[in-house]
Amino acid sequence: MQKRISHLPFHDTPEQAQKLDAAIEGLKGQPGAVMPALHQAQDIYGYLPQEVLKKIADGLGVSLEEVFGVATFYSQFSLTPKGRNHISVCLGTACYVKGSDKVLDRLVAKLGIQPEECTEDGEFSLTACRCIGACGLAPVMTVNDEVYGRLVPEDVDKILAQYAAK
Amino acid sequence: MDMVNIKVNGVSYEVPQGSTILEAARYAGIDIPTLCYLKDINQIGACRMCMVEVKGARSLVAACIYAVADGMEIFTNSPKVQESRKMTLELLLSVHDRKCLTCERSGNCELQTLCNEMGIEEDTRFEGALPAGEKDTSTAYLERNNAKCILCRRCVAACQNQHVSVIGANNRGFDTSIGCAFETPLADVSCVACGQCIVSCPTGALTEKDYTQDVLDAINDPEKVVIVQTAPAVRAALGEEFGLPIGTNVEGKMVAALRRLGFDKVFDTDFGADMTIMEEASEFIHRVQNGGKLPMITSCSPGWVKFCEHYYPDLIDNLSTCKSPQNMTGALIKTWYAQREGIDPKNIVSVSVMPCTAKKFEIKRDHEDAAGLPDVDISLTTRELARLIKKAKLNFNALPDEKFDDAMGVSTGAGVIFGATGGVMEAALRTAADVLEGKSLEQIDYHEVRGTASFKEATYHVGGMDVKVAVVSGLSNADALLKKVRAGEADYQFIEVMCCPGGCVNGGGQPIQSATVRAYTDLKSARAKALYDQDKAMPLRKSHENPVLKKCYEEFLTDGPNGHKAHEILHTSYVKRGI
Amino acid sequence: MKSLAELQAVKEKTVGSLTLREAGAQVQPGSSVRLNVLVCGGTGCTSSHSEQIIEKLHEEIKAHGIEDEVEVVRTGCFGLCALGPIMIVYPEGAFYSRVTVDEIPEIVSEHLVKGNIVKRMLYQETVQEDGTIKSLNQTRFYSKQMRLALRNCGVIDPENIDEYIARDGYQALGKVLTEMQPSEVIDLVLASGLRGRGGAGFPTGLKWKLCAPNQADQKYACCNADEGDPGAFMDRSVLEGDPHSVLEAMAIAGYAIGATQGYVYIRAEYPIAVKRLQIAIDQARSYGLLGKNIFGSGFDFDVDIRLGAGAFVCGEETALMTSIEGKRGEPRVRPPYPALKGLFGKPTVLNNVETYANIPQIILRGAEWFKSIGTEKSAGTKVFALGGKINNTGLVEVPMGTTLREVIEDIGGGVPGGHTFKAAQTGGPSGGCIPASLIDTPIDFDNLTAIGSMMGSGGLIVMDETTCMVDIAKFFLEFTVDESCGKCTPCRVGTKRLLEILNKITSGNGTLEDIDRMEELCYYIKENSLCALGQTAPNPVLSTLKHYRDEYIAHVTEHRCPAGACKALTNYSIDPEKCKGCTLCARNCPVGAITGKVRETHVIDTSKCIKCGVCMENCKFGAVVKK
Repeated sequence: MQKRISHLPFHDTPEQAQKLDAAIEGLKGQPGAVMPALHQAQDIYGYLPQEVLKKIADGLGVSLEEVFGVATFYSQFSLTPKGRNHISVCLGTACYVKGSDKVLDRLVAKLGIQPEECTEDGEFSLTACRCIGACGLAPVMTVNDEVYGRLVPEDVDKILAQYAAK
Repeated sequence: MDMVNIKVNGVSYEVPQGSTILEAARYAGIDIPTLCYLKDINQIGACRMCMVEVKGARSLVAACIYAVADGMEIFTNSPKVQESRKMTLELLLSVHDRKCLTCERSGNCELQTLCNEMGIEEDTRFEGALPAGEKDTSTAYLERNNAKCILCRRCVAACQNQHVSVIGANNRGFDTSIGCAFETPLADVSCVACGQCIVSCPTGALTEKDYTQDVLDAINDPEKVVIVQTAPAVRAALGEEFGLPIGTNVEGKMVAALRRLGFDKVFDTDFGADMTIMEEASEFIHRVQNGGKLPMITSCSPGWVKFCEHYYPDLIDNLSTCKSPQNMTGALIKTWYAQREGIDPKNIVSVSVMPCTAKKFEIKRDHEDAAGLPDVDISLTTRELARLIKKAKLNFNALPDEKFDDAMGVSTGAGVIFGATGGVMEAALRTAADVLEGKSLEQIDYHEVRGTASFKEATYHVGGMDVKVAVVSGLSNADALLKKVRAGEADYQFIEVMCCPGGCVNGGGQPIQSATVRAYTDLKSARAKALYDQDKAMPLRKSHENPVLKKCYEEFLTDGPNGHKAHEILHTSYVKRGI
Repeated sequence: MKSLAELQAVKEKTVGSLTLREAGAQVQPGSSVRLNVLVCGGTGCTSSHSEQIIEKLHEEIKAHGIEDEVEVVRTGCFGLCALGPIMIVYPEGAFYSRVTVDEIPEIVSEHLVKGNIVKRMLYQETVQEDGTIKSLNQTRFYSKQMRLALRNCGVIDPENIDEYIARDGYQALGKVLTEMQPSEVIDLVLASGLRGRGGAGFPTGLKWKLCAPNQADQKYACCNADEGDPGAFMDRSVLEGDPHSVLEAMAIAGYAIGATQGYVYIRAEYPIAVKRLQIAIDQARSYGLLGKNIFGSGFDFDVDIRLGAGAFVCGEETALMTSIEGKRGEPRVRPPYPALKGLFGKPTVLNNVETYANIPQIILRGAEWFKSIGTEKSAGTKVFALGGKINNTGLVEVPMGTTLREVIEDIGGGVPGGHTFKAAQTGGPSGGCIPASLIDTPIDFDNLTAIGSMMGSGGLIVMDETTCMVDIAKFFLEFTVDESCGKCTPCRVGTKRLLEILNKITSGNGTLEDIDRMEELCYYIKENSLCALGQTAPNPVLSTLKHYRDEYIAHVTEHRCPAGACKALTNYSIDPEKCKGCTLCARNCPVGAITGKVRETHVIDTSKCIKCGVCMENCKFGAVVKK
């Protein structure tokens, strides 16, 4: 697993910066604070930009490389921003057996991006995930928090249209 | 020591309890191949090269960390073990850039050696996808080629051991790679250039940036006067490259070799070390007497200086403003010596041979240009010098012993011991004591600051005052001490810091010894002994007694040590770098 | 909570409101509540909008003015996820399946108000020929199950600690703290024969016993809720449906081994479980059931949650601990074992969620009771997540020793679509396939290992004849390669090479030597990898090679995929006998590979065909064939 690194310029709001500072402050001195800090930072920013990792490293007194090593180890941490609509296709066994790979293929073709990428207009990002536990609905994909189940590849077009319109 | 009874390949042995299988097997005269293991630094059982069979165990076990137990039966050479070693090497080779013929580490590569010994064929049966194999050539001192990396992580551990941690394992699985955060080039992170990663690397993934061709080009240029200087620690280790025992002092042969390579003058950095002592001791006395910033901390180790600038920028005023011996020598070559000999300094190519990779960085620092030109143009490591000698096909061991050129080749025992941790402190004390007492003292051995212990401290009564000193080597120890200094918890007046554990003898530019050798030989002590032996045998053992140095102050630096002129030529400045 | 009496008081106060949760129960005298509506709030049902159903229920109930008469409870998982969202109305026990928001007004006005069960909306198996409905426990799905770990799932509101207490919750902790010595607790667990439900089946009591004597200033009792097997969701369901059972058990483990701090390491992909667990921790703290001086015994124990971040390897115990320490979740070499040097270098016990969920009942009902369930060497029950080609996808809990046939045919309702059962995969990427010929194997730890699979955490994926076993092995290897941490050579490079060989075989380019080379590599990886992930990674390959070697050989020598699953070895063609020339296939083909005039036979150009199968899906006459 090779993480993609975003080279988009970093912007944050004073609220975000304040939230992050508070999160780091709350974790200082706690054993094993790096992972919780990364989780909270990702909640605040949607992804983990270099500037944020640097703040975490300095705040918790660990090297930036160590924090980066952790961030790139876990598949849930993202170094690239997510699209306004984030699509996740389940490739867990049950879904795979029921053809979720074809659903993913269709999305890749339609959006013109690979998994772990974001469309240029920032509208859609795509990821392939492991079982989300909705095996009874296999194959499934999620768009933001919405779950779409019992899919066939053709459903992708309709679903995308629904979000593109928004 | 409690002993346990074990059997290795059917033969009974008594070995110390708590030994690893690897250590125990050695008692039995059996080596077990390793790759990721580096004693005391990296013991993670990751490469699986050292797998052995233990009777009753569910699977093969990693000998480098698995401890022996009473009654244990170990098989280090069973067909299963042989198969395992072979397959591990085949798999490693399948992701390895196998251009061994042209690899700098060919002949001194732990992977290559094992492949030869195990009879691995070059075409592996497991050809397949290759990892990205990133290259980093951004710095002036080091190159990384991940296509040759076997992910043993010895470099990562070495970097961690220096409390620097700018490299680490990134990403996961097959895509795991060693590098800096966000793929930042090494030149743009707070790497201190110590090169401990290089001497830890079992393969050719990490090497110094090679400047041997630049040196040859200069030598072959008739316009240029090429002057070389060699640091004290180089003579204590260069012989290892030519099969001599570790700790052999090869000063004479080294000088002979340098002449035969075509250098116009061969000078001794020990001379610069003596100069450093004059300046540093004077600076120290000045600081003590005038309420200057204390503790004063030595500045001869460029890796340490860079570390201080990155991680303790608030303490850079504590650093002695003295240039390192390398750059003092270089500065005087292009000023005093050039003037005296009537050579245009522009035509001088000043080359140094150092046990160090950080010296390559140091020569490019600001305010290291006394003549308006770089004090040192090219800095080579001990390994690069060996390469030059081999390239010229000099039979090193058959060379006669020759002397440095007198102009700047005369030194004292004080200059020699700079190469070992505690040496600078001892040398400074020898001079400071004489200066403060106003007489030549007989007792000049300061045993408390000698030895390879990571932290040493002592209080000496000199010139009517107590001087409390501390000596540390290895940046993790420096880090611990500096934390105390920063917190105001350390009442030392004078601190010697050497970047590399054990000082320059164990520098990142020294000959690379395999993990097996390092596990059973104390490189630091053996090499340092060569220097202390030389010091003991020298007629002059105090820097201020160096006649050439005296002449230099008489003729050139006429307002004396730590004077105005000396400051222009021999002192420097520091910058706050941050992390 | 300072005493057992206080606990008893909470139980007595609440127990009455739970009586209505079984079929045929009597309404409590003096209570206005005459109906309990249980809606599944597990992840599966939540994904199919059970939250909106609950909202709508409240709305409608209010509109009819029967708020005082009906209690709506959001529970954990009922198990029959294939029928979700699920809603059950007690005391009738009416089981509404695949409920939609639109159906709610009718259910409320007819059933809840007037008492007329809307039978057409019920799970049809519960509607008997005479029009009466049978209770859930009599359905095929539930009748062979025995719910111990899941006893409260689908019964209580997991966000209400009182309901847990009403079902004897925290009684076991009370008993342990007030009546038992730590060593007695360990002996009891040891005697029960409970084995770890996370995969390897190590005796839980022994694990505790090994840790107890190790002295340290701090010890830890941790819970592994990093359920990473694709297709497995047992632990999630327990945490979503009955989080207190795990907390109670962790405190018991803490008492037994001398730990005062616990961590639950849980996948961040389980937001509902995380939320309910946090609520449970907060409630337990406020009752003093976690924290200082529990039940006035002088015993302190607290629990914190640590979130995973998507790394399967963190299910391995040393990797999990490294991860809690905030590092890359890379496994460490054992020994030293966690019992001696675990989390933060301190003695640590780590058990899986389902293992913990069994503990309180073992304490309350005794070792003999537990041993009487299951088989001699595998006591108790096991929860499985049934998935794949099976009718009743969902969560089942059966006594150890139940045969695979009973699980698949009776409980699971068999393979859908007229297909035949080919194999079951257990143990996820660490496990193996059980072929149809071994369908009568009683499931327990040792039997599954003996036939080349493993219990694993409980994922049970059913496959039919259209599943290619080489492709399945490849699927699991892809997973392992993705999830390998990269620390040790055999797993980092070996599994990648293994996958490459499998790719070669499934694309028709493999040779017989490749199969040998692959087998050799498998045994090497098993023998030499640092942690269990690598050591078990070749199992899917080895077990399919063992039972389906002929399929591998067909791929290699005949360049044929017998199951017709491997794209590269499959060709689509049109049967001229059946083709009516309707043009539907040609119009739907994304690459224009099909040609033919209206009402004439169509032809597929195999050089253009990308084998997406759209033509086959669209053909109304079954004329497109795959070979």
